[in-house]
Amino acid sequence: MLIIDCPHCGPRHEQEFHYGRQAHVAYPADPSALTDEEWAHYLFYRDNPRGPHAERWVHSAGCRKWFNVVRDTLTYEIKAVYRAGEQPPPEYAALARPGAVAGTAPETTKEA
Amino acid sequence: MSYDPRNLPQHPDFLWANPEPKSSYDVVIVGGGGHGLATAYYLAAHHGITNVAVLERGWLAGGNMARNTTIIRSNYLWDESSAIYEASLKLWETIEEDLGYDVFFSQRGVLNLAHTLQDVRESVRRVEANKLNGVDAEFVDADGVRELCPIINTDNLRYPVLGATYQPRAGIAKHDWVAWGYARRAAELGVDLIQNCEVTGFVKDGNRVVGVETTRGRINAGRVGLCVAGSTSTLADLAGIRVPIQSHPLQALVSELFEPVHPTVVMSNHIHVYVSQAHKGELVMGAGVDQYTGYGQRGSFHVIEEQMAAAVELFPIFARAHVLRTWGGIVDVTMDASPIMGRTPVDDLFVNTGWGTGGFKAVPGAGLAYAHTLATGEPHALNAPFSLERFETGALIDEHGAAAVAH
Repeated sequence: MLIIDCPHCGPRHEQEFHYGRQAHVAYPADPSALTDEEWAHYLFYRDNPRGPHAERWVHSAGCRKWFNVVRDTLTYEIKAVYRAGEQPPPEYAALARPGAVAGTAPETTKEA
Repeated sequence: MSYDPRNLPQHPDFLWANPEPKSSYDVVIVGGGGHGLATAYYLAAHHGITNVAVLERGWLAGGNMARNTTIIRSNYLWDESSAIYEASLKLWETIEEDLGYDVFFSQRGVLNLAHTLQDVRESVRRVEANKLNGVDAEFVDADGVRELCPIINTDNLRYPVLGATYQPRAGIAKHDWVAWGYARRAAELGVDLIQNCEVTGFVKDGNRVVGVETTRGRINAGRVGLCVAGSTSTLADLAGIRVPIQSHPLQALVSELFEPVHPTVVMSNHIHVYVSQAHKGELVMGAGVDQYTGYGQRGSFHVIEEQMAAAVELFPIFARAHVLRTWGGIVDVTMDASPIMGRTPVDDLFVNTGWGTGGFKAVPGAGLAYAHTLATGEPHALNAPFSLERFETGALIDEHGAAAVAH
């Protein structure tokens, strides 16, 4: 079980939280201009790395606030916790650009 | 085939050769699990393509094929799903004759329990859909459930058992023997099974894959087929493509050995456990996936705790049983809980993934369809609907209801 350090409440058991998948996926700036391929990537494609991953969690049984976590998907170690709307620590800055690590996402799904 | 289920026959020390990789193959299959081995067998047996290598990072069938709960059924909701799972179930029914090898396929039936009125409605709908697709299915009430599986507690629990869907032809098999059966026959037909050979990159000529880089050197290939379950995203990154997969840890466990007490397979979506009794006597129980993505091949203890609570509530006689062993595997989950099988944006590179928590049952059917895809470059009718393109066209196949473990 993970112990997650909620930025508002402090460390709590994982069971108080729900997972919200990849963080920093921006809503398309001009949705009506997207091709079907670009929509598919926005809706269904998320990074799935072995290693550090920026993701959202919500403290559903606590303050009910969303926040961001950088977690290593191989060791399950939590590397950083930061509030919604904030950027990850500098060493994980690349994680704020989904698809950027593998260099495979279409331009439109990358956050500006 | 008759056997004493508690006294399995001995098998020979070596069932396949351990060849050095050649410099080039017509088809290279990445991943020596159930799907990879079955694909190799059907390529050789049905298409006469024997210049084939199966590359396995570890040892044959040592990943999810060694870690699953072996449930085989075809009672899925949608036409596309029931077609491929029913084709697979029909292959299971002849697999021992086809391979000349015991796999201990035991058609003891599966009960998918309904605990709420909504469960009942969904179950009846799925039974009727199954009947239209030629899949054996019936809805039984609580009395019927007790008749089929007398050890179930249907009344004295928080969510009483109101009924269940029942598929009599469903069952279990011995996963290791399935892999060994396919491996043995594929090797006899000329397929090279190469273990301790990890793919570290793809060799491309323009947009066409022409080989793979491995820890045992470069191997050229006419076509490359991925069969690597939870590692699909990692390999897709190496190939420069993206797949709509999220990898999650999934856990299961077995108890110590008991006399036969559990005559069928019981699955409960609602209180979240699935149970059968293995041939030797262990109670085999599956849990849900951890909510987060992960590659650690282990899951959280609280998931096991919740699963045990559900199992004991449903089967009070299990309360004194001891857990012998728990384990976790990494499953490849798609947004619509259906697999992906077919072409990728890279020419001659094919993908078979997204089976999530239930890939074992599909081993024969998926192997058959994937072999056709790799032999001809075109999808088989069974896997055409499961293309990667469906995420662009919107023709999703939503099997969250019948996929049993909440994804």
